[in-house]
Order: sequence, then C-alpha cells, then structure tokens
Amino acid sequence: MKTRDLVHVALFAALVAALGLLPPFPLPWLPVPITAQTLGVMLAGSTLGARKAGLALGLFHLLVAAGLPLLAGGNGGLAVYPGPTGGFFVGWLPAAFLIGWLTERAWASLSVPLAFAINVLGGIVVLYAVGIPWLAVVAKLPLAKAALGSLVFVPGDLVKAALAASTAVTLKRAWPLIPAPRPAEPPPTAHQ
Amino acid sequence: MSLGLYLHRDSPVHTASAGAKMAGLLGAGLGLLLFPSPPVLGTALAATLGLFALARIHPRELAPMARLLAWMLVPLFLLHGWLAGWDTAVQTVLRLALLLLLATLVSLTTRASDQLETLQRALRPLARFGVSPARLSLMLSLTLRFIPLMATWVREVREAQSVRGLERDPLALLVPLLVKTLRTADALAEAIDARCFDSEDPS
Repeated sequence: MKTRDLVHVALFAALVAALGLLPPFPLPWLPVPITAQTLGVMLAGSTLGARKAGLALGLFHLLVAAGLPLLAGGNGGLAVYPGPTGGFFVGWLPAAFLIGWLTERAWASLSVPLAFAINVLGGIVVLYAVGIPWLAVVAKLPLAKAALGSLVFVPGDLVKAALAASTAVTLKRAWPLIPAPRPAEPPPTAHQ
Repeated sequence: MSLGLYLHRDSPVHTASAGAKMAGLLGAGLGLLLFPSPPVLGTALAATLGLFALARIHPRELAPMARLLAWMLVPLFLLHGWLAGWDTAVQTVLRLALLLLLATLVSLTTRASDQLETLQRALRPLARFGVSPARLSLMLSLTLRFIPLMATWVREVREAQSVRGLERDPLALLVPLLVKTLRTADALAEAIDARCFDSEDPS
C-alpha cells in the first residue's frame, strides 16, 4: 500500500465519523436510529474500492471499540456490540467492501442507475442480512418481527443509495480513484 | 472538541489493565449468554453496581448513558412483555442492560489511547497478512486528527453552497466535500513521503 492509500483509508474513516455528528433520527418502535453514517459507508465503497473501503471501516471499528463516541448520537465504546444496533454497525464493513468490489468491476461503464443498484445491494441487502439476525438474537425477537421493524429504514436507505450513486458518478469524472495504479498527477482516464 | 468517554478517577478499576478489563467484559458477555438464570442475573447486577461504586462514578455522570439505554431498553421490554410474558422480558432486558453497563464501565474507566494500544497489540498477529503496526498507528492518528477538521469542512461547504442557494442540494455538499478530502489526501501523502515514511511492505 502506498502512503496515499493509507491516507485515503484514514480520511474516509474520519468522514464516516464526521457524518455521525449530524443528529440521528430515533424511531419509537425500534431500538435502531436513522443516521447519515450509512451514507458515508456507501461513499467509501463507491469512491475507494473494496480493499481501501474495507480497511477504512475496519479502522473506524477500532476507534469505536476503543471507546470513542463516533457513532451518531455520541454512541461508542464496546457497549455498541452487545446492543441491538451492533449488527448494523458490524455490517458496515462487508457492505462497504461489496459496494467497493462491485464498483471496481463496473467502473468502466459506471452509470447512476448501475451505481444505485450496487449501493442498494451492499448498503441495504448485505447490511440488513447482518443487522436483522443480530437484532433478532440480541433483542430475542422473532426474525420476522425484526425484519418487519427494519423495513422503515428502507425509504431512507434508498435515498442514501441514490445520493451515493450520483456522488460516485460525478466524482468519477471530477477525481477518479478506483483505477488504482495512478503514477503521474493527471489521471489517465482511458474511458470516454 | 474532546473525544472519548473516559472519566478520570483514582480507583482500582481505573488502574486495572485495559486488556484485563476488555477480556473480563468478553467473559461476562459469554457467561450471561450461557447462564441467564435469575440468581446469576441478580448477582451480576449487584457485582456491576459494586464495580461502578468502586470506580467512583457518580450516578449523575451516567445520566446521558442511561438515557441512551432507556431509549433502547424500554421499547424492548414492552415488546417482550407483550409477546412472550413479563418474566422473559425482565430476563432479556436485564441481561442486555448488564452487558451495556459493563461495556460502558470499561469505556468510562479506560483511556481510549490505552484501549487502542491493547487492540493494536491484539491485532499484531495480523502482521502476517500485511497489517503493519506502524502503518496502523499512522492511520489511527490521521483519522483522529481529521474528524474535527472534516466537521469544519462540512460547515464551510454548507455555508458556501447556501450563499449560492444550494443549501437543499445534498450533492452540492457531498461532491465538494469529497474532492476536498481527496485533494488533502494527496497533499498529505506527499508530505508524509517527503519525510521518508516507509509505507511499503518490508517483504
């Protein structure tokens, strides 16, 4: 890994943390809030690619586990993991990784609808696949109830996926990162 | 902006090693998962409250944490009472509350830097997979440095865009924010390289 990659990983971990400063939106019937941080997870995946996005979220985990209150609402510390939201938090890493992996594969022909589909797959399907069973086990809820309760996040997450997709496509033109080996300063944009 | 939940006191709980406390938490979590019977839960509750007293943490200082806990636990308690009966509800919620309290105790009595060091030591076996401790430390300190800075950027970009009448357009916030981040990353990487930081694998 080049120094530049290390710095990208560090700065995106910081970005996810900074998005946590926007206040969370609690729901009365489910112990999981709506936050802007999943948007950061999607952005990390679709900007950095699989490896670096996974590392950025791993780094973020390390900081939260060490007791820094970096999750929305000033939440943090080891108490996050046995809590009901633990699975959604743990799911950020595979979600970002998958979004990154698929974005890399689709890079040459990345369009907003395609990026949207990728972000939905990672940011909703994968994230919920980890978060819902975790919620069911921790809160001893039937799986179907936990899933049903989590449905309320879908509209917000669709909006976030759409935002992440348009940002990723705009950024691909403004500052492309994913074609990893970029030796000189002017980016070699082979496509278009 | 101060980061961390740590509260300084002179107590045996504070001086215990971070590794021991984190291992203890892991053990308690496992134990409560395997033996969630009422006597065990009662004893564990008494022991947990005893540890808080030993750590000299005033109940008032727990108020923000308690609010957060209540907001998660009360709906759960009601849902369980309604679905599965009040006995199960008390047991489930008590077990969860105990784990959350114990984990909070670790965070309150251990400096984030000590916990980070412990976690870094625990991750040392990962060196075989190319995670070098030096690079990990560099990334951790960069992240910590950049959280407050990035919060400032969010505000700056937002102000600039509201002057242009774009305060309702999230793309007008995100794209400049990310470009700014990436540009800073390049400058920073050059500066770090110029100081001869060896980022490549030794192998």
